Amino acid sequence: MTQTIALSASTDALLRLLVFPGLLFAVPCAWFLVWLERKAVARMQQRIGPPFMQPFYDFVKLMSKAWPRREGLSGAIMSFWPLLAVASAAGAVGLLPVLPNSGGFAGDLILLLALLEMPSMCLVAAGFSSRSVFAEIGSVREAILSVSYNVVFLLALVSIAASQHSFRIEALAQSSASPLRWLGVAAILVCLSGKLHLNPFSLSNAEQEIYAGPLTEYMGPELALWELAHGLEWVAATGLVATLVVPHFGPAWLPPLLFVAAIAIIVLLLAFVAAATARLAIDTSVRFYSRCALVFAAIALVSALWIGGKL
Amino acid sequence: MNFFRRLVCTARRRSPWLFHMNSGSCNGCDIELIASLSPRYDAEQLGVQLQGSPRHADILCVSGPVTRNAAGAIETVYKQVPCPKAVIAIGSCPATTNVFIDSPTLDGPLDRHIPVDVFVPGCPPRPDAIIRGIAQAAAIVAERRRTAEGSGCTTEVEA
Repeated sequence: MTQTIALSASTDALLRLLVFPGLLFAVPCAWFLVWLERKAVARMQQRIGPPFMQPFYDFVKLMSKAWPRREGLSGAIMSFWPLLAVASAAGAVGLLPVLPNSGGFAGDLILLLALLEMPSMCLVAAGFSSRSVFAEIGSVREAILSVSYNVVFLLALVSIAASQHSFRIEALAQSSASPLRWLGVAAILVCLSGKLHLNPFSLSNAEQEIYAGPLTEYMGPELALWELAHGLEWVAATGLVATLVVPHFGPAWLPPLLFVAAIAIIVLLLAFVAAATARLAIDTSVRFYSRCALVFAAIALVSALWIGGKL
Repeated sequence: MNFFRRLVCTARRRSPWLFHMNSGSCNGCDIELIASLSPRYDAEQLGVQLQGSPRHADILCVSGPVTRNAAGAIETVYKQVPCPKAVIAIGSCPATTNVFIDSPTLDGPLDRHIPVDVFVPGCPPRPDAIIRGIAQAAAIVAERRRTAEGSGCTTEVEA
């Protein structure tokens, strides 16, 4: 009996990772979000923008490019980082409760946060293992930026979790949205620009300025995997916000539709900010997160801990 | 197999990524290349993106008459672009060295150093002409094989 339950639980976990909301759903969704962001920026600059299938064509083209083997252990390590980034980003998407009553376990929010952080750490490691000067500069920038926005990001999520006394995503998604929740969501939204390397916090992959940042030495299929990991990061990060914002109600087909609509709106918002701003220098970015957003998130946390129970 | 081959051809034709290299240009052609990506001409409709690293590019765009300093760098960058790849010579300078012909500081024209696929003449060429050249180069890349025997296409990586 226990074996059957364990078997069905593991099949369920595999289905979530590979089919819905994991890879089979997340990959087209990632391409759609990448296209939406590029198209939205293009429309705001009064351009027509890329065709709908563009991210798919880019992926196929990169997969078909030459891929010279690198020698030795350092080459193997370099090829390992994009695989790890894709796997952890796909795992993060697989944890999102897109369907109501889709299970989950106590503390899955902590696992989601760890998985969301992995692509960024892989990027830092990849930049250093490629041993290009430009990649190393990009990695240092990414590491500094990651430390500064993650303090805010974690405080905001802890404040939301503390106001509901739960680290389970499903429980957070089902509880009603309070004013405190909106404060936390706003703080998370401020962090997403940094997390997704968008303007004004695009300094880690500052194109042309430091060539291509940490990915300067990557090419062909490895680069395609990085692009895919970035797209999946889009789905996971915006999906987390959508989970916290979109209420679960109505028939079973409605929540996934609302989910996709909500992440599309968040992407449009981020694209608007990206198109309207210029890249900030590293000290300005860190100062922004430590002064403005950190205060914001700290207020949310304190109010969640002290008055959250009474609301 | 045939289906995959056609899919790859379409993808390569519709996603040309550029790396721009100035080999002693007066900046006139560089400005026109940027103008072809600007709102008025919007080459991104064809999937064109200007990439920061030659490792990410499919098409190498070279402007300028190839000064002696730039000659070695051009060969290095050409080897860094992964196969299949194409080269566009933007403007009259890389094609013929233009008004700088017989200058002792030059080592041009471009096709003495790397094989050139598309020439876009003009001093400077119009953005429309550059976009047409990119589209032609993308069609050439689409038909090329990844491991081209005989065509001498190689990609070098630092170990």
